[in-house]
Amino acid sequence: MTRVYLFKPFERFWHWSQAVLIISMLVTGFEVHGSYTLLGFAQAVSYHTIAAWSLVGLWIFAIFWHLTTGEWRHYIPTTQNIVAIARYYSSGIFRDEPHPFRPSLNNKHNPLQRLTYLAVLTLLSPLLWVTGGLYLFYGNWTALGLGGLSLQWVATGHTLGAFLMLAFLISHLYLATTGHKLTSQLMAMVTGWEDLGHASK
Amino acid sequence: MRIHFIQTVLLAAILATTAAHGAADAAPDKLGKSTADHSKFKELNRTFDSGPEVTKACLSCHTEAAKQIHQTQHWKWEFINPDTKQVLGKKHIVNNFCTSVKTNEAACNSCHIGYGWKDDKFDFNSEENVDCLVCHDATGKYRKPSGFAGLPVTKDTEFPAGSGKIVRGINLTEIAQKVGPTKRTTCGACHFNGGGGDGVKHGDLDSSLEAPNKDLDVHMDVDGNNFSCATCHKTDVHQVPGSRYAPTAKDKNPAHLRGKDNKYNPATCQSCHGQAPHQQAKLNDHTNKLACQTCHIPAYARGGQPTKMWWDWSTAGKLDKDGKPYTEKDDDGYDSYMSIKGNFVWKENVQPEYVWFNGTVHYTLVGDKIEKTDKPTQINRFEGSATDGKSMIWPIKMFRGKQIYDPINKSLVITHLAGNDDTAFWKNLDWEKAVTMGMAKANTNFSGKFDFIETESAWPITHMVAPKEKAVACVECHTSNGRLEKIDGIYMPGRGSDHARWLEIIGWLAAALTLLGVAGHGLIRVIASQRNR
Repeated sequence: MTRVYLFKPFERFWHWSQAVLIISMLVTGFEVHGSYTLLGFAQAVSYHTIAAWSLVGLWIFAIFWHLTTGEWRHYIPTTQNIVAIARYYSSGIFRDEPHPFRPSLNNKHNPLQRLTYLAVLTLLSPLLWVTGGLYLFYGNWTALGLGGLSLQWVATGHTLGAFLMLAFLISHLYLATTGHKLTSQLMAMVTGWEDLGHASK
Repeated sequence: MRIHFIQTVLLAAILATTAAHGAADAAPDKLGKSTADHSKFKELNRTFDSGPEVTKACLSCHTEAAKQIHQTQHWKWEFINPDTKQVLGKKHIVNNFCTSVKTNEAACNSCHIGYGWKDDKFDFNSEENVDCLVCHDATGKYRKPSGFAGLPVTKDTEFPAGSGKIVRGINLTEIAQKVGPTKRTTCGACHFNGGGGDGVKHGDLDSSLEAPNKDLDVHMDVDGNNFSCATCHKTDVHQVPGSRYAPTAKDKNPAHLRGKDNKYNPATCQSCHGQAPHQQAKLNDHTNKLACQTCHIPAYARGGQPTKMWWDWSTAGKLDKDGKPYTEKDDDGYDSYMSIKGNFVWKENVQPEYVWFNGTVHYTLVGDKIEKTDKPTQINRFEGSATDGKSMIWPIKMFRGKQIYDPINKSLVITHLAGNDDTAFWKNLDWEKAVTMGMAKANTNFSGKFDFIETESAWPITHMVAPKEKAVACVECHTSNGRLEKIDGIYMPGRGSDHARWLEIIGWLAAALTLLGVAGHGLIRVIASQRNR
């Protein structure tokens, strides 16, 4: 059995607290949107706002951590082996073939992950942040020189982001089961160590 | 002996404390708040046989009071809207309650702050005909009975003549000697009874506000702030601000000290509370679109007194089997049918309707063309929109009914309702005579034909402000089919009709397809792994 240390304590803390915050924001956000009733509108708004500010705080630490440790390099996109990875997920995985990518402390994410996470971090998150921030500061639009903005468009952009995040979450949760064992990747994010099975390097 | 001494000292101390307390509390009671005790004025130590006699006595000291009153809407019952130039005021408009003052002055004008306005010959320059007492009575005993054109009755009088009913005379000397500032009851004597009875007209003004608790009105709460009407309607040279003929729909001024600044309407919420009154920033975000009243008055007619919501004049005139006019009552004991007035619907705890309102009200006056369609004729129309930059979302009472009109000239009409004569509708139940008389007195054409038309009138809801715990909850509007469902031009989170339909469809479809995709992928993995085994 090959075990590899991938995720440092802060990284795991970042991942799980972000997971909790994003899931609670999806749950409360779609209630605010009017999709269902769960906590009550006022409570949902209140929790959504608290979670938003918590996530801002978390991101400040996370950005600082990524910059100072150089961990941001894990999100540099690459197309190397990307066809092999795609072929693995579309056929190899069903034939019990070994994963063409072997993660290591220097290269934690396969090319598809790199692309996806980079898109989430640089496209989807900013969309949600900007529209969410505008939502939060709706009362100051005129003072900020944004009087011409339409709440309709801000809200629509924010909702679009939420749907994309929901789709990401669903696929992310599923893909987490595609490690050596169903729980290998989950355990990696809990303990830091991923079990890569017996396959040779 | 020693114990006795201590007891005595203690007792003395207790007595002294009590006495001191008593003195501190009793002093204002004994002295009163005013610097003048009117019972000590020799001008008032006499018998008064009529209202004008009292006024003359008042004016001997308050020399300018009547001149001030002459400038007011309370006196003129006339208001010229500076924007629309419409000539309004009780003297001119037709509403869908008792319709019009003209030709009914003797009855209606018991609520005029003057004496003797019984027809169109009333002298609006008369100083002695200003009624000081109706606003400044502190005894609660002053009365201006209907039918006397605003005059109080000082000697027991049979009214109507020959009816056997006696109107009791009141003692004007006692009332004149105890005058004071206006109170909820003095203003309420007329304003709580608009439309001809308690709570009839406004819905947010009725006798329950004479001594309201906190739940009914957080400002007037007798055990709390105990505001009078004039606390907000801060009066200057007898001009009472806050008329609904040209209300301040959107007050963007900061809070200002009472009496310090005469430029702005002191009766708005913002004049005290400013523009950001909530601790929670998100709530303050609402103040650019919502009148305070929209959230803070969850319902009107909350004090136990219902208000009229519907008045159908077209059914008036029916007689019972003895050929006499009759009255029917609803389950709560309120009139639901009167031969002289038609059918009514009363309601309590009514949720307001909501409209964009920029402060301009357009009235349909006699002579303005009206058309009988499926839509009710608007007695008044609140102007406003999401985009004019001047409007706020306001709660209103929409009062609906059917009333008489001239279908040939296509106009509302003046109806002679009250009076002890052959043409008065309430005397003889004859529409044709009543309208012919009314229109003749108003010098207006009447075709001789009449019909009934459905009408509606809008009344801003602004009183009966609930404590903040009882304000309208977020979800009552931020939902589909909520209170503000019909308000257009804004995006409201939680309101389904605001959603971009394409995004709803694509978004949920994308989520579902992702779920389906991963489920399918997982299923193939399970099947494949069993086959590979």
